[in-house]
Amino acid sequence: MADRTTHRHTQHEAQTTSGRGKILALRVVAVLSLAAGTWYVFWRWVWSVNWDNWWIAVPLVVAETYALIDGYLFAITIWRLKRRGQAPPPPEDATVDVFITTYNEPVDLVMTTALAAKAIDHPHETYILDDGNRPEMRAAADAAGIGYLTRGRDWEGHTRHAKAGNLNNAMFETYGEFLLILDADQIPKPEILDRTLGWFRDPDMALVQTPQWFSNVTESDPLGSQAPLFYGPIQQGKDGWNAAFFCGSNAVIRREALMRLGIQEYVAEVDAAVRKALRTSGRILDRSRRQMRKVDPTAAAAVAEVRAAVDLALQRLDAGDPVADVTYDVQETVRAASRSVVSDDLAEIRADLASIGVDLGEDVGIETDPRTGIPLVEDQILDELTTRDYSPLGALDAVGRIMRAVDVTRSDEAQPVMPMATVSVTEDMATCMRLHAAGWKSAYHHEILATGLAPEDLGTMLKQRLRWAQGTLQVLLRENPLTKKGLKAGQRLMYFATMWSYLAGFSALAFLFAPIFYLLFGALPVHAWGLTFVTFFTPYFLLNQLLFLIVGYGVKTWRGHQYSLAMFPVWIKACVTAAANVWFGRELGFIVTPKVSVGGRRRFPVRLVWPQLTVLVLLVASVVVGVVKLWTGSALTVIGVGVNTAWVAYDIIVLSVIIQAGLYRGPGSEDRSEKVEATV
Amino acid sequence: MDIEQSVDGGVAVLSPSGRLNMVAAPQLKKTVDASVADGLARIVVDLSGVEFIDSSGLGALIGGLKTARQASGDLRIAGAGEQVRTVLGLTNLDRILKPYADVTEARHGW
Repeated sequence: MADRTTHRHTQHEAQTTSGRGKILALRVVAVLSLAAGTWYVFWRWVWSVNWDNWWIAVPLVVAETYALIDGYLFAITIWRLKRRGQAPPPPEDATVDVFITTYNEPVDLVMTTALAAKAIDHPHETYILDDGNRPEMRAAADAAGIGYLTRGRDWEGHTRHAKAGNLNNAMFETYGEFLLILDADQIPKPEILDRTLGWFRDPDMALVQTPQWFSNVTESDPLGSQAPLFYGPIQQGKDGWNAAFFCGSNAVIRREALMRLGIQEYVAEVDAAVRKALRTSGRILDRSRRQMRKVDPTAAAAVAEVRAAVDLALQRLDAGDPVADVTYDVQETVRAASRSVVSDDLAEIRADLASIGVDLGEDVGIETDPRTGIPLVEDQILDELTTRDYSPLGALDAVGRIMRAVDVTRSDEAQPVMPMATVSVTEDMATCMRLHAAGWKSAYHHEILATGLAPEDLGTMLKQRLRWAQGTLQVLLRENPLTKKGLKAGQRLMYFATMWSYLAGFSALAFLFAPIFYLLFGALPVHAWGLTFVTFFTPYFLLNQLLFLIVGYGVKTWRGHQYSLAMFPVWIKACVTAAANVWFGRELGFIVTPKVSVGGRRRFPVRLVWPQLTVLVLLVASVVVGVVKLWTGSALTVIGVGVNTAWVAYDIIVLSVIIQAGLYRGPGSEDRSEKVEATV
Repeated sequence: MDIEQSVDGGVAVLSPSGRLNMVAAPQLKKTVDASVADGLARIVVDLSGVEFIDSSGLGALIGGLKTARQASGDLRIAGAGEQVRTVLGLTNLDRILKPYADVTEARHGW
């Protein structure tokens, strides 16, 4: 029911062209709210920070500054809110491939989506992209006359890159001009293509994203699955800056845009990897030549020859010679030099080979990051190689291997061209940002044209949100939108705004613990909780609430508010793990979800939310202690206890969502939650 | 799309004609694969008959280059017209693959 009413609502909204008044009201309130906020935070920094208790005073004022910047970014987002309305009719003769990505979801669930996809009105081909390679899935697809694709032999022994790899594989097996991407549970409406393809009449349009809406969510939505603020004002706002996000499913993409991106990335990757390997080869060869000058003149000559070729190759690359020709010539030199040494002394070489066979693996110095699949010439390994005591052929062979590994073939990857970005576990955001940086446009079409299934228990939901946060932060740390070449200022801010919002976990700590510290220990973070504070804070707070009331008119934004604070452990974990992953190559890590008993009886998942429960207990205890202290006449003031108790009450109301979520049992069966795990 | 094939001194020359786009790309890739499988890993793709190429066409060239290199061979391109050169420049692929003037020049050094 919720689904249908919202559909009507969005359709209605999409058809109206008015809304000028609302935009104006939004802008006025946004400016007033930011003015009040800036004035408040200015007052906080300059006059009210209690430096005696800097250990809590500084975190609190920093957290407030963080929130104010978040407010600015939000205001910029909604400043140019774009309501597109209806798309023009689809381009003539547009050819479309519909991709349904699956890994381990039940065959029935996938087939429901696939049959709905097959029934889409606009001419198209439908494919199930089965990363599980399941015979029963293939049989079902065949029986229904639906295309079935799995990874080919090229992928054996290579990083699979999850969904991004699945899509990249399928791109080379199909040839539609446009791609509709659907998660296995996202059942499309027949009109989905006719309603969206028209935006591609703009030849620069690369992507059209439609909302994700979930049919298995109750009205109160304790898990906060529906994201009406995001699939609404935020996406429409980003669209106004030509930065509508790609969200992985329910989107149509122009193949040419994605493929061109893949080619450009291929060129950049190959160029960088070849230069790096050439430089390392140079170091290995220098060492080797020095060591054998007296021992083995023939081999020394061969090494010198290769060394010269490596230098020449670097010069040629700098001079702009094509990488394919340069690497081919180096490889030829290495092959010839190896042959001359080989014919020189066969017996010695056998010994060499044996020792190499023991010491070295297949891909010397080139590894693929197991989490992101980025090809890495690992400095550590390369440095180690250069310091090792190699025999002449050993050196040549090592170079030969490096040359093979960073050849123009990108042999570290299953396929040389990877259109869908693999730098992050949220391949959609990374890809979209690269498309924007390359000058393409995107659109957010605000009409529900597919409905899916949301996680139905807290554990799965937390896992999914952690993944999103980790992926977003990976993108921030690997390809900072503020400095990435090619993006426009507005686009930079739109990407940064989303990334910034994931830092909320740290500020939540200050907002949760500041009142606790005051009530328990009398630690004042501000000079006084007097009337001055109230007069500075109240207008800011009320205007901010008013802004969200206008932005979120008709949609529920409260759940989102609650979760941005209540999931603070998830956000902090995401920041720490993403940084450790990008900077130190650690595993991303994940949330271990509790086992579900066979009978379906689940206990409250204390283990998943113990930090929140601990804070809740502390909040309640601190109020009790504060009131007792006031009553016994210790240092606390009435207004101080009053303000902090109100603050605690707000914190408790916000955090309580986590208890509702823990108690929540979705309407569906087990196999549904299984699906969601696969797609995160 | 038609792809003419000829063999000259151990070098396979593949000459596609018409539009080398997303529809034709898989066909070119298969032709390259077949040539390498037949033991002809040195390949020149003569693009003089190609009036239009898109990024999928370039993808097929890169895929073919990989197949050839894995067999210790090579793939070079020749005779690119204006549109092809524009696309090569747009994607920076000319940093990797040099567009040779004609088949003879492409074979130089083999």
